Amino acid sequence: MNEDSVLELARHYRFQWEQAQQAYVLLYPEGMVKLGTSAGEILKRVDGISPVSAIVADLERAFPGADLRRDVTEFLAHASERGWIRVKPA
Amino acid sequence: MPAKGDGSVSSQPNQPLWPPLWLLAELTYRCPLHCVYCSNPVDYTAYGEELTTEEWVRVLREGRQLGATQLGFSGGEPLVRDDLEVLVAEARRLGYYSNLITSGVGLNERRIAALKEGGLDHIQVSFQDSTREMNDFLSSTRTFDLKRRIAKLVKQYDYPMVLNVVLHRLNIDHVGQILELAAELEAEYVELANTQYYGWAYLNRDLLLPSREQLERAEEVTNRFRERVGNRMKIYFVVPDYYENRPKACMNGWGSVFLNLTADGLALPCHEARMLPGLDFPSVREHDLRWIWHDSPAFNRYRGDEWMQEPCRSCPEKAKDYGGCRCQAYLLTGDAALADPVCDKSPHHALITLAVERAHQKNISVAAQPVLLYRDDKNSRALSRKTPIA
Repeated sequence: MNEDSVLELARHYRFQWEQAQQAYVLLYPEGMVKLGTSAGEILKRVDGISPVSAIVADLERAFPGADLRRDVTEFLAHASERGWIRVKPA
Repeated sequence: MPAKGDGSVSSQPNQPLWPPLWLLAELTYRCPLHCVYCSNPVDYTAYGEELTTEEWVRVLREGRQLGATQLGFSGGEPLVRDDLEVLVAEARRLGYYSNLITSGVGLNERRIAALKEGGLDHIQVSFQDSTREMNDFLSSTRTFDLKRRIAKLVKQYDYPMVLNVVLHRLNIDHVGQILELAAELEAEYVELANTQYYGWAYLNRDLLLPSREQLERAEEVTNRFRERVGNRMKIYFVVPDYYENRPKACMNGWGSVFLNLTADGLALPCHEARMLPGLDFPSVREHDLRWIWHDSPAFNRYRGDEWMQEPCRSCPEKAKDYGGCRCQAYLLTGDAALADPVCDKSPHHALITLAVERAHQKNISVAAQPVLLYRDDKNSRALSRKTPIA
């Protein structure tokens, strides 16, 4: 994964807002992950179109004043390791 | 838990109640299979009419409003209902992540295409064994070849597949072959679920309980297989609690995350709770799910720890296992509020060790050997006449 990688949700995963929990969640066979606020904001932008650099830029626009690059790339690496997202095949 | 004037009880103060994250819809008790360890109640033939399509749609909507996310369509065999496709589509519209839990019987290309179209998310297919002989013997059907065809169909339609096999003495030595079968069928998830001894399985316990040696071998084989396949397949090995000395955190606590809806509309905190006497489980025909989950006396009965007796009450592990399983406590001791006898701190723990010994008595005379009792209407009607059940 690098700046230019385009990411997408893993197959069979669903990402959605849960009103009752006031949180974004990831749903998959036999399980669910309740996401924290920043994790939710990042995954919301994993759309199968935007490269990592665009995700970072968009977050820095939404939350001005913070250098988010490192946090975002760290989280994306973690999410990829957990099998939630993957690099979209070219 | 403070009792309210109207007889209901509120959840514990300072501890917000979670929504029922997992909803299990047992659409019907009808089933073409007759498995000897079925989790349906042994007196299933005694219960009333199944909920209608309209009733299920209303209940699913109420569940979603409460915050339920995972939805299992189960039974019996859910494909027996010809409105399954309607319910699946409604579940998708409501935002559930839905799972069809099936024997495979009744699935064909037309129906699987309609389920895909409706938005079903994944399918769990049960096998009884890796061999045709044992699969068909345990279910008292000829379904092994059909199940293999169904599993291929599931993959053809790009579903993630969970292959579920209930383990016990008669098939646990085949775990290696079962895992090979799962790999051949390209299952992403395998559930090797040791039998839990309730209902039909409790009646057949002496013939189903594996030995400790069998269990250890099976775990070893599973671990070796895990190393070999890596991330390609996720394997869950559910241990039989009779060989533990601490109880399972049953359902993650009573009325904590799981809500079971029976074919005839009863709301239960687990698959088995229906057998507990004196609890008066609410029906979705008479109450909405919000009241049932938050306020009904039955769902509040064993929440928190106020109901606990010793040795649970003062036990440092009570927040971890919630005293174990209420149904197992009742089934073995006659009192659902006692510690689960699986716990070796329970004064009734000998009931577990004796059961293990009895199941493995050598030199038992042929005449004294019990026979397997199949889950079918005739046996259920006979068992319904006996009370209490089990």
